Amino acid sequence: MNIDLAHFTPFPSLVGGLLIGFSAALLVLGNGRVAGISGILGGLLDTTSRDRLWRAAFVLGLFAAPWAFKFFASLPAVTIAASPPVLIVAGLLVGIGTRYASGCTSGHGVCGLSRGSVRSLAATATFMAAGFLTVFVTRHLLGL
Amino acid sequence: MLILNALLAGLIFGVGLIVSGMANPAKVQGFLDLAGNWDPSLAFVMGGAIAIGVVGFAIARRLKRSVLGAPMSLPKATRIDRRLLAGSALFGAGWGLAGFCPGPALVSAGSGEPKAVLFVAAMLVGMQIFSLLERRFAGTEKPA
Repeated sequence: MNIDLAHFTPFPSLVGGLLIGFSAALLVLGNGRVAGISGILGGLLDTTSRDRLWRAAFVLGLFAAPWAFKFFASLPAVTIAASPPVLIVAGLLVGIGTRYASGCTSGHGVCGLSRGSVRSLAATATFMAAGFLTVFVTRHLLGL
Repeated sequence: MLILNALLAGLIFGVGLIVSGMANPAKVQGFLDLAGNWDPSLAFVMGGAIAIGVVGFAIARRLKRSVLGAPMSLPKATRIDRRLLAGSALFGAGWGLAGFCPGPALVSAGSGEPKAVLFVAAMLVGMQIFSLLERRFAGTEKPA
């Protein structure tokens, strides 16, 4: 293993993490809800659901975040290396997988681990392992 | 108030994702690339988020209703089953392929990044496919 010191950003990453944790605390203490993005989206897509307003508001907040950020600083550069077909396959996998597992990085990773949920720990360990494995296979075995 | 709080939580969550580097797929894939040039930054995002999250959920657990009067809706599932593990594995594979999980993808799509919009569209289709399959096979699997 070789640590990539050129891209290592412990301080901004920690500050960003604190903000994410603060947001999760704000939502659970204010709305009594878990800040799990895939669950919030899933409920928003369910047209029979009657509590879609807060979900729409949360998603709107996410959409607006880059615009709010721009008031204070220029947005950091983003690199999306994946090609459009790969993005489509990946998006389908993320959509199906997160709903099947009832959570993603936020619901199981941040909120679940904060609650001390063993179930969420199992989910987080599984998607992290699958992520590590996928990058290993695509980068180092297939050389994509 | 509930709607406003959800909007604010989404906004802070999104800004946290931008500040932390999670909204940049190249950085996420750098974290998932253990065998290459490994960028450990995202461990700091998780650490920071959980540090605050633990406090928020510890308080939330003691409340019958949220501060704004909504019912406390915390996850009750504890079962580690095939759905959880298979779903998380699919999600992790997609996460590794694109470098996007649901939250950062929404933030990036909000900024108008075309590749993120494509990913989000595929993710929403994936979520709908899940709902259709779930309804199609409802009742064939014995509930816990």
